[in-house]
Amino acid sequence: MNIEHWLPNHTFHYSSFWDFRHLVEAKQAQNLRISLCIPTLNEEHTIGKEIVIFKSELMSRYPLLDEIAVIDSGSTDNTREVAASFGAEVYLAEEILPEVGSKRGKGENLWKAIYQLTGDIIVYVDADIKNIHPRFAYGLVAPLIYRPEIKYVKAFYDRPLAFSQGIRPSGGGRVTEILVRPLFSLFFPELTALIQPLSGEYAVRREVLEAIPFPIGYGVETSHLIDVYHKWGMEAFGQTDLDQRVHRNQATRDLGKMSFGILQTFLNRAKALGLVPHVPELQSILRQFQVKEGQFEQIEYHIVEEERPPMIEIPAYRAKFHPGT
Amino acid sequence: MTFDTIKQQLDTYRQAAVDMRDILLANAVMIGEIPAPTFYEDQRVRFIEDRFSECGLQNCSTDEVGNGLGILEGTEGQKNILLVAHADTVFNEKVDHTISMVSDRLIGPGVGDNSLGLALLASLPLLLERLNIRLKSNLIFMAAARGLGRGNLEGLRFFLHNHQSPIAQALCVEGVKLGRLSYSSIGMLRAEINVRVPELYDWTRFGASGAVITLNDIINSINRIPLPKRPKTSIVLGSIEGGNSFNNIATHSLLRFEVRSESAEVVHRLLEEIRDRITEVELHSSAEISLDIVARREPGGIDFRHPLVRHARDLLKALHIEPRVAPSTSELAELIRHRIPAVTLGLTTGKKHTQVMEEIDIEPIFTGVAQFLGLLMAMDEGCCDEH
Repeated sequence: MNIEHWLPNHTFHYSSFWDFRHLVEAKQAQNLRISLCIPTLNEEHTIGKEIVIFKSELMSRYPLLDEIAVIDSGSTDNTREVAASFGAEVYLAEEILPEVGSKRGKGENLWKAIYQLTGDIIVYVDADIKNIHPRFAYGLVAPLIYRPEIKYVKAFYDRPLAFSQGIRPSGGGRVTEILVRPLFSLFFPELTALIQPLSGEYAVRREVLEAIPFPIGYGVETSHLIDVYHKWGMEAFGQTDLDQRVHRNQATRDLGKMSFGILQTFLNRAKALGLVPHVPELQSILRQFQVKEGQFEQIEYHIVEEERPPMIEIPAYRAKFHPGT
Repeated sequence: MTFDTIKQQLDTYRQAAVDMRDILLANAVMIGEIPAPTFYEDQRVRFIEDRFSECGLQNCSTDEVGNGLGILEGTEGQKNILLVAHADTVFNEKVDHTISMVSDRLIGPGVGDNSLGLALLASLPLLLERLNIRLKSNLIFMAAARGLGRGNLEGLRFFLHNHQSPIAQALCVEGVKLGRLSYSSIGMLRAEINVRVPELYDWTRFGASGAVITLNDIINSINRIPLPKRPKTSIVLGSIEGGNSFNNIATHSLLRFEVRSESAEVVHRLLEEIRDRITEVELHSSAEISLDIVARREPGGIDFRHPLVRHARDLLKALHIEPRVAPSTSELAELIRHRIPAVTLGLTTGKKHTQVMEEIDIEPIFTGVAQFLGLLMAMDEGCCDEH
C-alpha cells in the first residue's frame, strides 16, 4: 500500500465525528464495549479535570465510554484519591495480576489495563494534558467504530509546547523527527505515514492488544507500530488529528533517555525480523555529562527496555477473557 | 406547589446537582477555556448555544449583538421568565485560559465570573429533566454578550428592546458569591480620563511634566472631592496605564474610574466636579485631557419586601446561608430600568475574583444550584408575584 493512497483514507480529523448520537448508535449496533485507560504517576493537578470532562461528555451525556479507569504506578501525591473522588475506577498497577510481579514504567500500566479493563476497545489517554477535551477519546475511538478493518488509531497534533512565554507551535516531536522518522524511513517506509508515531494517545481493539508484546518503558509505542504493521499491515492503522495538545515540555536530557530506550526496542525488533541480522549485544548504560564546579561529570543511566509478553499468553487473562480455550 | 413544599424539596434539588457534578463542572471548564473578552464572545456563545440545542431548547440562536438564546417552553406558557448569565470576561484571548481542577476547587481566569453561571444555564435543562420538573412558565435562557466595561450591558439592552413578548421576572446568575442577593441597582458612571502630551511639546518650559505626573495631579484632585455618607457614595479608581519605559517621559496616560451612589443626582454632581477639576489641571499642564464616559446606570430596584426578594431570603435561610445584600451594576440594572422584577444570585464561594488565578469552591456549588432552582420554582408557581 503506498502512502499517498493510505493517507487520505486512514487519516481523520476529530471534527468529522461531531455527531455523538450517531456514533453511539453505531457503537451499540455492534454491541461494543469501550474502556478509557489513563495511566498515571503523580498527576493530582490534571487528573480530576480529565475525568470530569470524559465522564460528563462521553458517559453521562452520550454513553460512548463504558468505563473510565486510572491505572496508577504508585503515585506519592493524591492522584488516586482525586481520581476516585471524581468517579474514576482506580487501580494500582502492582495489584493487577500480582502473580506476574511488578515492573516500573508506563508500558506496564498499559499492559495490565488489558487484563483489568473490560472493553472490546481500549483508548489510552495520558494524564498530563492541560487542554483536555472529549475529542482526545472520541476522535480515536470513532474510526474503530465506523471502519471495521481499522484496529489501531493513533493521535496526532499540531503540537504546541507550553513554555515560559505561553505557547508556540513546533513541528513534530523532537524524538520523532530526529530518531523515529529516520529509522522508519530506513526500515519501514510505510510507517512514516504516521504523523506522530510516539503520541501517547491511541485506541486499539482488544484482539490486537492481547496479541502484541509490551515494552514497559520508552519503546512501547514504537514496538506497537512495528508489531501491528508486521502482523496486520498498514490497513490496520488509522490516525486522527486532534488539533492541539498542551503539555509539559521535556528537557533534552530526558529525550536522550527516551531515545536510548526506543533504540533498544527498535534494534531488537529489527533483529527479530531479520532486517539487521548482526546486532551485537546491546549495552544498557546511557552516559550523559554535566558541568559541576568547572569539571565535566559523567552521569550514567541504566535503561533496559524490558518487555511483557502478549497478554494472551497469561493464563489468568485467558481464563477471564477466553474461558475454555 | 406551595412555597413550603418547595423549601422541603431543597435537599432533593441539592442532591440532583451533586449527581450532575461532572456535567456542571465539565461545562464550567469547557466554557471557561473559551476566551470571551467583551465584544468577542462569539465562540463561547456558540458553544453554549450548542449546549442549549442538545438539551432540546427551542429557538436556539445568536442574535445580532451576540447573545446566545434558547427557550424551554412551559406547559402553560403564559409567563416568560428570563435567566441571564453574562458571557464575557475581562481577560483577552492571549491570557492562558486553562482551567485547572484540584479536589475541591476550580482555578482559572473568569471561572467564577462567569463560567460557573453560564455552566448552570447550560446544565439546567438536564437538571430539570432529571428531576422530572416541567415548569408552567416559558424559560428564556440567555448568555448575555457585551456586558462588561465598554460593553455597557449592550447585549441585554438589545434583547429587552427587541423581545416581542413581555418578561414577567428574571433571575441573573453569577458564579460568586453564594449568599449574594442583589435586588437593586446603584447609580453608577464609568469613565476614562486620557492624558496626552503633544508630540512637539516644549519640555523646557516651566513646570513641564509628562503624562504620568499630570494624571497624578488629576488623581490627587479627585481624591480631595468630599463624598457624602448619605446617600452612600464612592469613587473607585480602577486602573491606570501610561508611558512606555523607565527613562522616557510619558506622553500618554489613562485612568479608569467609577462613581457609585445611591443617588443619581449625586453621580451627576460628581461628574461635573470631576470635569471641573480636569479642566483646572489641563490649564496648568498644557496636556490634552479628555474624559470619555463608558457606562452609566440609574439607581433603582424592587423593594426589600417584594415577594421575589422575600422568598430568595427565605430560601437562603432554609439552606443556612448568610445573605449578602448588595446593589448591582451588572445585568440586574438593565432589568430594573425596564421595570422587570429581578434578583441576582451567586452560586459558590471563591477568591481572587477577576484575577487570572481566580478560585471557586466546588462543594458549595450544589447548595447554590438548589437555591437557584428553589427560587425558579417559586417564581414559576407565582409565589414571587406582587399582588
